[in-house]
Amino acid sequence: MKKATRYLISIVILLAMLVSFIGCTTEEEPTQSKGSIPSGEELLQPMERLRVATTTSLYDTGLWGYLEPIFEERYGTELDVLYAGTGIALEYGRRGDVDVITVHSKSREEQFIAEGYGVERIPFAYNYFLIVGPESDPAGIKEMTPEDAFKKLADTGTGSFISRGDDSGTHGKEKAIWKGAGYDYEAIRQAEEWYIEAGRGMGPTLLMASEKQAYTLCDMGTFLAYKGKIDLVPIVDKGSILLNVYSAIACNPEKNPKVKYEMANNLVNFLTSPEIQKLIGNYGTKQYGVPLFIPCAGAEPQS
Amino acid sequence: MTELWQGLIKAIQLIVTFDPEVMEIAGRSLAIAATSCSIASLMCLPLGSLIHFSRFAGKRLLINLLQTLYSVPTVAIGLFVFVLFSRAGPIGGLGLVFTPIAIVIGQALLVTPIILGLTISALSGVDKAVTETAISLGASRFQAIILTIKEVRYAILTAVIMGFGRAISEVGISLMVGGNIKGFTRTITTAISLETSKGDIELSIALGIILILLAMIINFALNRLQQR
Repeated sequence: MKKATRYLISIVILLAMLVSFIGCTTEEEPTQSKGSIPSGEELLQPMERLRVATTTSLYDTGLWGYLEPIFEERYGTELDVLYAGTGIALEYGRRGDVDVITVHSKSREEQFIAEGYGVERIPFAYNYFLIVGPESDPAGIKEMTPEDAFKKLADTGTGSFISRGDDSGTHGKEKAIWKGAGYDYEAIRQAEEWYIEAGRGMGPTLLMASEKQAYTLCDMGTFLAYKGKIDLVPIVDKGSILLNVYSAIACNPEKNPKVKYEMANNLVNFLTSPEIQKLIGNYGTKQYGVPLFIPCAGAEPQS
Repeated sequence: MTELWQGLIKAIQLIVTFDPEVMEIAGRSLAIAATSCSIASLMCLPLGSLIHFSRFAGKRLLINLLQTLYSVPTVAIGLFVFVLFSRAGPIGGLGLVFTPIAIVIGQALLVTPIILGLTISALSGVDKAVTETAISLGASRFQAIILTIKEVRYAILTAVIMGFGRAISEVGISLMVGGNIKGFTRTITTAISLETSKGDIELSIALGIILILLAMIINFALNRLQQR
């Protein structure tokens, strides 16, 4: 028993040394990783934290990772960014589990506000959707309008299409294009193997499309951010239906008294402030050559 | 094969340089699993003894139920805990969803059937003669119970080790209830899930290797304790 106790004690001491070592290093560099190993206090008492559920395309482009530290330092609050699809983000908002949502599905956002769960819809950036696909373009839909392209995909069945299939904003846009092309979405879902429902975020769906050399609908930002990792090219990029507007909505404290409404408003104001709008407009230019988003400070952009 | 090899090299790199983000999520995985396992063990040892040493109607049924709960899917528990603690849910007032505490609660629920069931199994393995001899030699009922528990302390420790293993390696609860928030509720398992879906296979493999190493070290330590 004595030998085993000694072993155990030495391992505990090693772990304790490790913990304190990391504690020291993370304190010296507060900007690098703000979370250290949770102390007992952290585990027991949730600190001042603002939760934002974001659409996956805003996250996969790295925009939130870029803005998060700026916001946290300015307002002295921890920002928790939850990777969700528009569908689940709206659900979190209804439940009051998050304080702000940043999504891109105008009709559902307006419904969210009409139902009283959100206060106001504030657009803060936009870009465009694209239909991307393999360079070989097996279905021959290059340069068509989005509706015609979808029509050809459905009629000929050549070339696979990967749908987000997760009730996200992008998925909503895809459904809108199918409707515009004159198809019943449920009929498309029952279609043969060419229509694939991924059930994943934008970045992961792109990777799947690249793997399968299939078409998919993607926002410009995520496509540019993932360009080095995927083997796909833009196939259809013109069409008024492809406008993609990101909005921030603070959750209504009347429905959920526990939401941090004041700080939520701070975040919305932050996103539409001139300084941050400029940063958003420049985001990605250095890395990808073109900006990933176009700022639109609270006003609805015309396509 | 090159991917695995690259992953191994990356793992060594991350460990040797004490990469702060990896250390943070590793520490978090450990802390959360250890906490949930401790809570569950502290509850299950007295509860298990109580169940084993008592006689009541439906005892057999209860034990069977516990054994079926060994393989409850983690996403199911995650969903259950989420709905329970969501602000819109019955225990929503605490605002525990998307915090590490919620993960601890979920994991405690996950490992309780395992530790409880295996404790009861262990106790049933003790020959009744032991308790009877102790009593005939003058031990009180309480002392006889303690003696029985001591007889199987290593089997009970095995139960705890199994519980810990299940807790540290689960993803479903951590993802659904924790939200994989960077710097707050991201664990090794949720990080692997995220990095894989982002296409960073090398990092995922590295994290996987680190997780396995961590589990092995803990098991090794606990095994040495077990072997006297």
